[in-house]
Amino acid sequence: MSDNHSHGPTGGSATAGHDDHDHHDIASHIKTYIGVFIALLVGTVITVSMYYVHFDSMALTIAIALFIASIKSFLVAAYFMHLISEKKAIYGILIISAIFFVALGGLTLWGMHDWPTGAEGKAMYVP
Amino acid sequence: MEIPYTDKPRPDTGLYNAKLGIWLFLASEIMLFGGLFSAYILLRVNAAEGVWPAVKLAWPHGLLNIPIGTFNTAVLITSSVTVVLAWASLKMNNFARFRMFMVITVFCALSFLGIKSYEYNEKFTHYELRLNDGKAYTGHLIVNGEHPGFWDFSKVYNLEQLKAKTNVTSIKFTADPEKAEGHGHGEAGAHEHKELDLKTDQIAHLDAFLPRNHTFFAIYFTITALHGLHVLGGALVLAYFAFPGAKLWKTHPEQFTNRIEVGGLFWHFVDLVWIFLFPVVYLL
Amino acid sequence: MSATHTSTLPQHGQGHSHSHDAHDHHEPNFWHKYVFSTDHKVIGVQYAMSALSFLFFGFLLMLCMRYQISHPGEAIPIVGSLMERVLGEAASGGKMSADLYNSFGAMHGNIMVFLAIVPLVFAAFGNYVVPLQIGAIDMAFPRVNMASYHCYWMGGVTWFTGFFLPGGAAKSGWTSYSPLATVAEFGHSFNGQTALLVGLVLLITSSLLGSANFIATVVQLRAHGMSWMRLPFFVWAQFVTAFLLLLAFPPLEAAGILQLMDNVFHTSFFLPTGLVVGGSQLPVSGGGSPLLWQHLFWFLGHPEVYVLVLPAFGIVAEVIANNTRKPLWGYKSMVYSVIAIGFLSFIVWAHHMYLTGMGTKISTFFQTTTMMISIPSVIILTALFISLWGGSIRFTVPMLFAVAFLPMFGIGGLTGLPLGFNASDIYLHDSYYVIGHFHYVVAPGTMFALFAGVYFWFPKATGRMMNEFLGKVHFWGSLVCMNMVFAPMFVQGFKGMSRRMSDGGAIYFGKDVAYGADPGVLKLNNMILASALLLFVFQLPFIFNFFWSIWNGRKVTSDNPWDATTLDWATPTPPPHGNFLKEPIVYRGPYEYSVPGASRDFTPQDQKDPKG
Repeated sequence: MSDNHSHGPTGGSATAGHDDHDHHDIASHIKTYIGVFIALLVGTVITVSMYYVHFDSMALTIAIALFIASIKSFLVAAYFMHLISEKKAIYGILIISAIFFVALGGLTLWGMHDWPTGAEGKAMYVP
Repeated sequence: MEIPYTDKPRPDTGLYNAKLGIWLFLASEIMLFGGLFSAYILLRVNAAEGVWPAVKLAWPHGLLNIPIGTFNTAVLITSSVTVVLAWASLKMNNFARFRMFMVITVFCALSFLGIKSYEYNEKFTHYELRLNDGKAYTGHLIVNGEHPGFWDFSKVYNLEQLKAKTNVTSIKFTADPEKAEGHGHGEAGAHEHKELDLKTDQIAHLDAFLPRNHTFFAIYFTITALHGLHVLGGALVLAYFAFPGAKLWKTHPEQFTNRIEVGGLFWHFVDLVWIFLFPVVYLL
Repeated sequence: MSATHTSTLPQHGQGHSHSHDAHDHHEPNFWHKYVFSTDHKVIGVQYAMSALSFLFFGFLLMLCMRYQISHPGEAIPIVGSLMERVLGEAASGGKMSADLYNSFGAMHGNIMVFLAIVPLVFAAFGNYVVPLQIGAIDMAFPRVNMASYHCYWMGGVTWFTGFFLPGGAAKSGWTSYSPLATVAEFGHSFNGQTALLVGLVLLITSSLLGSANFIATVVQLRAHGMSWMRLPFFVWAQFVTAFLLLLAFPPLEAAGILQLMDNVFHTSFFLPTGLVVGGSQLPVSGGGSPLLWQHLFWFLGHPEVYVLVLPAFGIVAEVIANNTRKPLWGYKSMVYSVIAIGFLSFIVWAHHMYLTGMGTKISTFFQTTTMMISIPSVIILTALFISLWGGSIRFTVPMLFAVAFLPMFGIGGLTGLPLGFNASDIYLHDSYYVIGHFHYVVAPGTMFALFAGVYFWFPKATGRMMNEFLGKVHFWGSLVCMNMVFAPMFVQGFKGMSRRMSDGGAIYFGKDVAYGADPGVLKLNNMILASALLLFVFQLPFIFNFFWSIWNGRKVTSDNPWDATTLDWATPTPPPHGNFLKEPIVYRGPYEYSVPGASRDFTPQDQKDPKG
């Protein structure tokens, strides 16, 4: 196997042939990064402001908070973590993890709320 | 022979080894924090009514400092963008810029931890008080003229310790202003902190906001501490790459850039956890 | 990046590793070669030696317990006075106190599962063989590999300190159920349970590092031509096992951290409100849930048992294909089945919790998934059985163990069915039937596969064969004794004997007790003790054989003494640093035995022309 060390004086000379191409790519990416950064800050402000608005339904409050958090995390994952252009293997690993996370939380939650019912059809036991 | 695909990706998977490795590790971290978040949901759903005194809700509310938490969130988000800009600088062959962004990232990380420590200390010196006549307050404790501090563990009192370890029979308590009930409101505004002079036999329950105080605090401290450990670990790794580890740039620039990308991925994950953690424990 | 070098010298000893910055050819010192090595083969052997030592210790713990069960309240001969000297009051007079029995029980389970079997079957065999079988020069992350080993033994040592902490080692079952795990020694925060939890965090760290390494290695470092469906089944089994470890362990780590908080910082994650212990209310906030611990524990606990068994399937598959001189029957089905088992194993866990008061809907859900998972397991076992059909079977020692694995695991698996059904489990839960079931799958099951693996790969690692006569004595003795130890437990379980009783059931079944149960159950305890002692005796030829053969075994005459097809046999013996003399290229599947028209009855994966 060929030795692929690069011993350029300032380093990076191995990429000499690709510099211009990379430059353009990266430069546009930097704009995206700054954009995402601003979006994240805005999202944070929105989430905190929602705290001061009173919703009658607790479920709605939770849903809004988690929705905003999901948007923010999507931005971090897709752009900062480059997931939007990532390979299938990585998506596969993440999807499997997500499925098992939901299984863990959901089945445990269900397990702690499904109780045996007695003759009258009422739950026999409440924790 | 050297281990292949450390710099260049393997053609059929399109990945270099460390990238696959870090995503696998992050998958396990998703399950770790997922387990803790599941625990949070279960504990909260099962929390009994009327256990929490001051607000008459099952789950304590409005006890965490939201402006500080928000600021901390912004600090972490900033560190997230600086670490990816550090990587981008390497891709553009600008080592000096890389180092600058890494220093900012580590600085943000350490600030985050510093602010968190301040918050922890604030909680450990804040007390919950319930009197025999049913009145309930939160506030600060003064025993023998001093505020029991966090760093002297033996002085973080609950009622049993107060009676067993000291011969104090009267304490002062600076109660926080009354908060409106229900969700959402409760920031500053008013106003008076009531100074209370109390005898220990008037007290039914006294405890600082330690993990043992309530499952809310237990899960809050546990998740944020574990998250904090990840912040610390990540900061150490990034600091290593910014300084002693950076000499790899001279001999293997592509591999070094990949390491920064991998370190950055871990860092973004830490930020991701906080993006969920902050609203869940502070706001909901 | 490790600066590994192709060995230009003939047959180095194992563990020839260089520090990663050095481009020199100085011989590494003892520490770099044997202790801080990054070579996967050295690490595999390190894991094997540590795990076998832990296995031996766990066995000794069990022998003490079995003696206690048969002779409650009596001093243990020979060992009793040693125990008293080491453990003090807990073993006063050479008798085990009830607490000591409980801690032996909890430690036996934890040591066997986490320190012995999993490290053997996954870390030891996996580390040694997987890179060889895929044609790689090492694992993807050699230094992470080394870190993983060191976390492992440190976790083990942490567990052992528990024996010397107040209250002794952890004594709340291997399952550490709360609230017992917190209240058993409530007065001392730093007790054996705390040591167990801290050690557990170290072990889980070791496991996570290892599993990420395995997956990355199999995905990225397969040799040219080694496509997914040309992988030996052993590699597939290890690959799926790595995913189980990667994704199932972290919730246990989370739970362990929460229980640690309960024990040390007096939180109430798993302590319900109003808990009264010893007549007084526990001074904690309450509001927690013991069930939460169980769910988080078993979320790992169930995939863990597949971790114990899948690599065993892999070893048995390799040995059977090799010793029948024909391809595995149903390789593709086996691959799909092992993937299905991997996935399903994550959603069956609450069949360990049928008696916690779960309602009918959720019990039915878990019962259904449990029944579903038995299907791919049976497919794999059936495929292995059918692989014997029409083969030219060579009953080498590895083959004896591999063939015996099949019915033994069959018994273990079938006896699991009444436990998987909610209705029958109501009677059998926490009885000796359960102990019989899981020991059958792990002892004459996985352990037989491990023994097969040792006898099989020993010649590759050392260049010498193990003694065949001693191997056969080891085999027959173990087979008979294991059955005599565990089969009676099914009977005891059916007759209602509970597990974890330090007096062996005398309180329920003794002749003075009007319980109405069959006191014959107690006689079985004596039979089990005798068989266990005999089982111990039959391991001695193995231990002797193992060490004696390293220096005095019959030398192999070729690099491939078993005439095997997989790439692990295409290396020099023992494999040098870098494993292969030239980069292997794979032309065919893993089990090309007895191919019509080929020049030999086997065609190695890296041989281009079958007639060549």
